[in-house]
Amino acid sequence: MEFTEKKPSFDNQPILQVKDIIVTYGSFVANDHINLDIHPGEIHALLGENGAGKTTLMKVLVGLLQPKSGKIFLEDHEVTIDSAITAQSMGIGMVHQHFMLIPTLTVAQNVCIGLRSAGYPFPDLRKVSNRIRELSERYNLQVDPNVKVSQLSVGAQQRVEIIKVLYRGARILILDEPTAVLTPQETDGLFEVIQNLAQQNNSIIFISHKLNEVMTISHRITVLRQGKVVATRNTPETDVRELARLMVGHDLGNLNVRHNVAKTTTPPLVRIENLRFMDERKLESLRRIDLDIHEGEIHGIAGVDGNGQEELARILAGLFTPSSGKVWLAGQDITHASPARRISAGMAYIPGDRQRTGLVLDMSVIENSILELNTHDPYSKNGFMNFNEINNLATNLVQSYDIRCRDLQQNVGTLSGGNQQKLVLARQLFRNPRFIIAMQPTRGLDVGATEYVHSMLIEQQKRGSAILLISTELDEVLELSDRVSVIYGGQIMGTFNHGQTNKETIGLLMAGKTL
Amino acid sequence: MNDILSFLTSPVVSGFFSASMRLAAPILLAALGGIYNERAGVLNIGMEGMMLMGSLIGFTIGHITGSLWLGVLAAALTGVLLGLILGFFTITLDANQVVAGISINLLCVGLASFLYRLFYGLGLQPRGTDYGIWNIPGLSQIPVIGPMFFQQSPLVYLTYLIIAVSFIVIFRSSWGLSIIATGENPAAAETLGVNVVRTRYISMVISGALCGIGGAFLSLVATSVFLDNMTAGRGYIALAILLLGRRNPLGLLAAALMFGAADALQLRTQLLNIGIPFQFMLMLPYLLTIVVLSFFVRRTDNPAALGEHFKQGGGES
Amino acid sequence: MTQPIPETSRPSNSFDQILRRVFTPDLASTLGSIVLAMIVGAGLIALRGVNLLLAYQALFDGAFGNLNSIAESLIVATPLALAGIGVTIAFRAGVFNVGAEGQLYIGAIASTYVGLTFANLPGYLLIPLMMLTAMLAGGLWAGIAGLLKVWMGASEMINTIMLNYIATFLVSYLVHGPLQEPGSPLGQTAMLPAQAWLVHILPRTRLHAGLIIAVIISIIAAVVLWRTTWGFHIRVVGKNPIAAQAAGIQVNWILLSALMASGALAGLAGYGEAAGPQHRMIEYISPGYGYTAIVVALLGQLNPLGVLAAAILFGGLEVGATTMESAVGVPSAVVTVIQYLIVLFLIGRGAFDLIRQKLHREKKSEQRA
Repeated sequence: MEFTEKKPSFDNQPILQVKDIIVTYGSFVANDHINLDIHPGEIHALLGENGAGKTTLMKVLVGLLQPKSGKIFLEDHEVTIDSAITAQSMGIGMVHQHFMLIPTLTVAQNVCIGLRSAGYPFPDLRKVSNRIRELSERYNLQVDPNVKVSQLSVGAQQRVEIIKVLYRGARILILDEPTAVLTPQETDGLFEVIQNLAQQNNSIIFISHKLNEVMTISHRITVLRQGKVVATRNTPETDVRELARLMVGHDLGNLNVRHNVAKTTTPPLVRIENLRFMDERKLESLRRIDLDIHEGEIHGIAGVDGNGQEELARILAGLFTPSSGKVWLAGQDITHASPARRISAGMAYIPGDRQRTGLVLDMSVIENSILELNTHDPYSKNGFMNFNEINNLATNLVQSYDIRCRDLQQNVGTLSGGNQQKLVLARQLFRNPRFIIAMQPTRGLDVGATEYVHSMLIEQQKRGSAILLISTELDEVLELSDRVSVIYGGQIMGTFNHGQTNKETIGLLMAGKTL
Repeated sequence: MNDILSFLTSPVVSGFFSASMRLAAPILLAALGGIYNERAGVLNIGMEGMMLMGSLIGFTIGHITGSLWLGVLAAALTGVLLGLILGFFTITLDANQVVAGISINLLCVGLASFLYRLFYGLGLQPRGTDYGIWNIPGLSQIPVIGPMFFQQSPLVYLTYLIIAVSFIVIFRSSWGLSIIATGENPAAAETLGVNVVRTRYISMVISGALCGIGGAFLSLVATSVFLDNMTAGRGYIALAILLLGRRNPLGLLAAALMFGAADALQLRTQLLNIGIPFQFMLMLPYLLTIVVLSFFVRRTDNPAALGEHFKQGGGES
Repeated sequence: MTQPIPETSRPSNSFDQILRRVFTPDLASTLGSIVLAMIVGAGLIALRGVNLLLAYQALFDGAFGNLNSIAESLIVATPLALAGIGVTIAFRAGVFNVGAEGQLYIGAIASTYVGLTFANLPGYLLIPLMMLTAMLAGGLWAGIAGLLKVWMGASEMINTIMLNYIATFLVSYLVHGPLQEPGSPLGQTAMLPAQAWLVHILPRTRLHAGLIIAVIISIIAAVVLWRTTWGFHIRVVGKNPIAAQAAGIQVNWILLSALMASGALAGLAGYGEAAGPQHRMIEYISPGYGYTAIVVALLGQLNPLGVLAAAILFGGLEVGATTMESAVGVPSAVVTVIQYLIVLFLIGRGAFDLIRQKLHREKKSEQRA
């Protein structure tokens, strides 16, 4: 979709100016002399990788963090944003990447929280609902004020977040990775809303790491890298390649992936048949999943977060029980097998949240190395642990997978995210598993670690493992997979061979539109 | 029909109904306090200790001053202090909430025992005064409901007030919204300007105060003495009631009445000499708690952030 | 891709490792808690108007002053250690066993019953039989709460406490009823046959073999926790049950078995009290050892050997308290308060860190200014 209505807006005074902001966490410098200015009616993109310092800077602007030094000017007056309330009163509001909503309360109630003007000590919900409807109309944000948030779709919840911020009088809106949870079509809808807001003289700061989107929607782009401003460009004067280079510091390399045409002749290693799952709220998260994965195949699952991927992964790992359906691994029915049995049968699970499900943060590297294997020979004999063998294993893993740690006794919690993920991978892949479930394997990792994870997966593929790659990063899925299935609303909408389709088709399927 | 009516209004049965409420009140008060802190996301496992200290201090002050209300006030203040201490350990220091609560309980048992001997010396137990019952005219004559709700000590009427106030505060006021937000998603609450830490501390203070009053009820109204360990696990039963009553003041009333009835029943069957050894009747409230807790509670109702530590200002980039 | 090989861990039975494990910064704050609690206790004693020096002197004298005192202290330490180690195992698995008191009672009555029923068996058969009974009974009693937790998701903390009360009522009924000593109005069973008594290991004192059992158990527990697969599973589940499950560990089994093992050891403590100092089952066989055991477990840093040491400390405090009461008139409840203050300060350890951090920050901002 083309957005051609771009107003030139840089002759006026900036409404917000950030000068030389420094933010530190202990000895770590998260923001290093940041300079930024935002004009009224401008859509300004803040581009950078994970960990570049974007969210930190925004937390300063909304009063959740105090900078160590630097100045902030609002319409030429120097200001100190010491709390969320202060930021609110200055007209600065943020829509967070992870929604700040209370699911058990209604939209109107959510808007009221912490807001004296809504009525004190008893909020006037009727008045609030009316005002919400006004804002809905004005900015085309469809929302019913009296619905419980838990019953809203993700797109609707985001609209609630925007309304919350507008209700409090924001003229400068900060959107933190807003499209991470949206389908391509919902993203277009959001962009329309953003355009609308800008045309009514509101300013938008659009945080993202997605180059194409940033090019589409913004007037100007500031690139952050490792806490510093690397460049600020007028959008029409730059392109994706330059942005990538600025963002990362070097040209993005190309992965050497050998893609196999789907082997339909050999029987699949993994068969998933008619899988259904109902969660504890009696909602059907998986309506019907039929999949098969062959040896040496990377089968990708593309889809927007929250369409059943997590449930699918957990069912395969043995952590959830499906309400009906079957799963076969190498001809064996493992539908009701325990995680231990699946591990013995050659399954490996790389969970999406490594810190919660993949590691025991409060234990050492060596102890984390044998989380699965501690009951197997030679690491255990007659119920006693064999420390020599365990030591060897851990040393082996750390060496082979280049895990940076002081020594094997180091607490895993103190390792970097990349090294933690490498440990998880090492532990799983060392066993040369036949079937790997990789759920968001590169989430939160920098470019170097991401490339490493990708190369490890490809190595396993070459070895003949069947890999199920579930990821919300569409580029990652499309590039690595031999076949791609799109999941929406707990169902597979379609399956394609590599190169057989384009992003537009996938986007439609991700949004639930059948072909 | 007349037979049923005369049965229901007979002294024994009326006495049973009124005793049910009387025995329910201490647990109810403590659980009402628990609504605040649990909805705000903090556990108060120290209710048993707070009640016990409330019993002691309330009784002592009541004894010295001869005033029911001064005793109740003193008990409430004791609870406030203990609530602050436990809050400090759990909210600011991020200690394990269960361990900290149990430690407070154990401390209070010893402390109460020590202070009691300090105040009264070993030997005869001083008996407190009977502070009397207010019969609400008219309403107290209704069969079943009359004796249960309207022939009670003034402290019970205070409890009704607290139920009503709590309902309005939690479900209708803006502060109630803040509490719920703090317990479901403290990070979100903070971005909206709610001071999570302060909200939780206040909820612990309220919790402690109500536990103290609940304890005072035991030693000033339900009985007129103080005994070592007189709370006998009621603080823990209150925790079970919170779950059963879904952390809703009205639900709590119903749940507490059920336990009160069991307690009242147990006392009466002892007197009636049915043939079951009295020790088994004494077990009744505790067995009931186990059964209720294990088979009649859904855990998906818990506030999402209950028991999790909250760090102000969040973390990384 | 390659890097220098990291230092492999030193073999875990080296002396250096042991030293490093024992003398942690945690130990410093543990000792600090004890000292601080003593100071507060001093305040309470002063309230009574008693000379502090005399009071504490009586306390220490009563605890460890002569051989007899030491024996008495160790006698109290025995059930504390056993139950404390039991609590430790449960806590390590993340299960809150607050029911050690009830499990102790059940273990005591069950083993006494067996001892009385099979009174004609020789000692070398009867004693192990009684021990096993105690452990089985205590384990099953805890298992009730464990099953309810695993099947119904019910809080074991509340259930084990409820079971405490039920246990004491049950025992009260039994010792006043079916198991009452014939001809006696007291709440107690008949005396156990002589071969069932735990031998005295220190002449002219009451110190019995239960202490040896406690020491052996503490060593076994330490080995189990850090050397066996089951112990490893317990520790993993205690730290992160979700990761444990994903890694194939049977979390429910671990929770249940840890709780039952915990109950078994508490039951064993009950046996020790019945067969040791009492030679029978009495109505109030435990003055709250099961609850004190929780405190002892925390003080011992959830390490069986540390728990043993902490139990000895607390044993000394309890015994010294009675001496202090008779010598200078300070109620023994003061010692109870001191005991729990120790734990409170222990938990509040984090306060010292906070204060340190704050001072550090203020110093830094001063430097910058």
